[in-house]
Amino acid sequence: MRVMAQMGMVMNLDKCIGCQTCSVTCKQAWTNRAGTEYVWFNNVETRPGQGYPRRYEDQEQWHGGWELNKRGRLQLKTGGRLKRLLSIFASPVQPELKDYYEPWTYDYATLVEAPLGDDFPVARPKSLITGEDTKVTWSANWDDNLGGTSELGHLDPIVAKIRQESEDKIKFEFEQTFMFYLPRICEHCLNPSCMASCPSGAIYKRSEDGIVLVDQDRCRGWRQCITGCPYKKIYFNHKSGKAEKCTFCYPRIEVGIPTVCAETCVGRLRYLGLFLYDADAVTAAASVPDEKDLYEAQMDLLLDPEDPQVIAAAREQGIPEDWLDAARRSPVYALAKKYRVALPLHPEYRTMPMVWYVPPLSPIVDLLSEQGHDAEDRDVLFGAIEALRIPIEYLAELFSAGDTEVIDGVLRKLAAMRSYMRGINLGREPDESIPASVGLSGETMYEMYRLMAIAKYDERYVIPKAHVEQAHDLEELGCSLDYDEGPGMYGPFGEASGRPVPVAVENFQALQQRQTSDEPAGNEELRGRVNLLNWDGNGTPRGLFPPRREEESR
Amino acid sequence: MNVLLWGVLPYLVIATLVLGTIWRYRYDKFGWTTRSSQLYESRLLRIGSPLFHFGILVVFIGHVGGLLIPEDWTEAVGISESMYHFNALLFGGIAGFCTLAGIIILVVRRRRTGPVFMATTVNDKVMYVLLVGAITLGLWTTLVAVGAGSEAHNYRETVSPWFRSIWRLNPDVHAMAEAPIQFHVHVLVGMLLFAAWPFTRLVHAFTAPVHYLFRPYIVYRSRDARTPAPTGRPRAGWSPVGTPDRDRSTR
Repeated sequence: MRVMAQMGMVMNLDKCIGCQTCSVTCKQAWTNRAGTEYVWFNNVETRPGQGYPRRYEDQEQWHGGWELNKRGRLQLKTGGRLKRLLSIFASPVQPELKDYYEPWTYDYATLVEAPLGDDFPVARPKSLITGEDTKVTWSANWDDNLGGTSELGHLDPIVAKIRQESEDKIKFEFEQTFMFYLPRICEHCLNPSCMASCPSGAIYKRSEDGIVLVDQDRCRGWRQCITGCPYKKIYFNHKSGKAEKCTFCYPRIEVGIPTVCAETCVGRLRYLGLFLYDADAVTAAASVPDEKDLYEAQMDLLLDPEDPQVIAAAREQGIPEDWLDAARRSPVYALAKKYRVALPLHPEYRTMPMVWYVPPLSPIVDLLSEQGHDAEDRDVLFGAIEALRIPIEYLAELFSAGDTEVIDGVLRKLAAMRSYMRGINLGREPDESIPASVGLSGETMYEMYRLMAIAKYDERYVIPKAHVEQAHDLEELGCSLDYDEGPGMYGPFGEASGRPVPVAVENFQALQQRQTSDEPAGNEELRGRVNLLNWDGNGTPRGLFPPRREEESR
Repeated sequence: MNVLLWGVLPYLVIATLVLGTIWRYRYDKFGWTTRSSQLYESRLLRIGSPLFHFGILVVFIGHVGGLLIPEDWTEAVGISESMYHFNALLFGGIAGFCTLAGIIILVVRRRRTGPVFMATTVNDKVMYVLLVGAITLGLWTTLVAVGAGSEAHNYRETVSPWFRSIWRLNPDVHAMAEAPIQFHVHVLVGMLLFAAWPFTRLVHAFTAPVHYLFRPYIVYRSRDARTPAPTGRPRAGWSPVGTPDRDRSTR
């Protein structure tokens, strides 16, 4: 047994309102550069829907992830090593920009510079790729809130599959009653197929916390990872010619603060914490013959942080005590393994993803309340779960390789929690038969309710800091004591000269300045940039607005 | 003049190639990439790129064979000059034409596809001129040889000994001077190409990922194993924050 630690995330889909705040703050933090206009490390998809890039889940088309070869061994869906090297000169199935969308801006200058005339000037859309006029026809969430589903619904690979299986009996009815949002980031898999596809070996998994990163200095732009990742969460920066991906905000995680998407989530639906897993067993777990066993195999990889044997093995591997403590308090372990309500996204890709989802009960609840039923009654809910096969099948295709029993079990737990807690809130005697009917004790169910409904910041995010004794080795913390000057003081030759300042140090200084200064927050300068995360809307920080005309002429 | 071209220039080219590559590797690892444009267009690329790359690989092997293996070695194993010459012309010719066809498709694609042309730098354009030049001139030598039939110039008595003598630090200028004009031009353009190599996107050839065949699929890397990030200079290459609109006037 080789125990390793893995940072993981759980998202409770019942709470997602599809506001895209996570997408926007992530983009502000990571991909607001030229070359990454179309890159969304975090995106929120409406399901049913095509997703981003379009139809990425159709692996018959995109060949992402792993499959078992004839001898039952794990192999990339794009083929063996030699075959893949021989096809390196033109990737056979790489998505093109049209599968994402052509990023654009507007010709705002016309609005102020157009000569006086009878017609109002119009800011026309301009392509950021060609610079020419363009027609905006698609973007990262174009089918948001089922927009266009009556015409494009059949393009969702999962809808297509379910329809085919039910021999086209089911028409569009369920799409009008059934909808939820699916926020997606990189899965930071235990068995990542992007990494296995990378010819240069530039993609690596950090052995301390399992975060999957692309070494920008070693990536040569062979773009095999883009095909390899079945979630299409590796993007090609078309300016730098390198692959980029979600970093799990490692500079923040290293100093113990949650990722930007989790921090800014309005619905507080994201949980961050540690898993302990057995690294030696990963390949075997990913190679189980039946796709429907993959979920259980993945659960078996997760080790119980309370188990003395696991603790001893973890100590042997040099995992520090405070990390073991964090693993014991981990909300993601609790949701995934203790309560078994969080499921991996598409386990059938055999990548062992480490971002988990609590499937939504709300489509069923909504439907019941609309029809005038009591949506908090256990029997009504259980009956509905059994009756509403289409949503269950759809969720099963997403989270359990088509095994509806798994989804059934999770939704029953959520439904049971709902009616159990209603009884308590109404001051009735707790009905212990409710938790018992889903195999939990009343106490466990209450704990689960606390974690899912009212957990505070430090319960939702249990992030052990990277270790001080390793500080000189860290990408971000390295020599943090050397950076005692404030932001804005960089090198003799102005911006970007001198030594690079870690992002976390920059943010730390900005936060400190904001808390201690008398000036409006946001007035501080970060290498000539403005930190929008810190700006509270007061004052006019330099560099945020273009200079006024008088100032210009001076 | 001959001494300058065939005795001095080769060493300048080698020095530029070696030192330039080391410099580029040390200071611009971030810029060391194929700069693939497949995201913009892949229909033509899927034909042109493999044609060109596989062609040039065969051409490369042919050059290694022709330049490095002395004539008496092949004769010693019973391959006569005419047999060698015929095979070299046949396979070299086929590979050369594939390479040329591939690069023509790629250049046309680069010019005709809007986004790809927008992403083409001056550096790329210079590189394409040298690359297409070297390939065309190389094919010219082949064509002349085919036209001359058995009378064709035997470069393995002129160019090849000169090439080997360079590495013995005793350049056989005389041998090279004997070769006909088409070889002179081809070799000159080739040397220019190699001198420019470290400063173009062609460097990606030096990091051909052959080790992919042997490495484990999953790469674990400890933070400890890294060289510390701050190296006394900012990491190169990240473009500034913001997405400036494409301004044609600055291109």
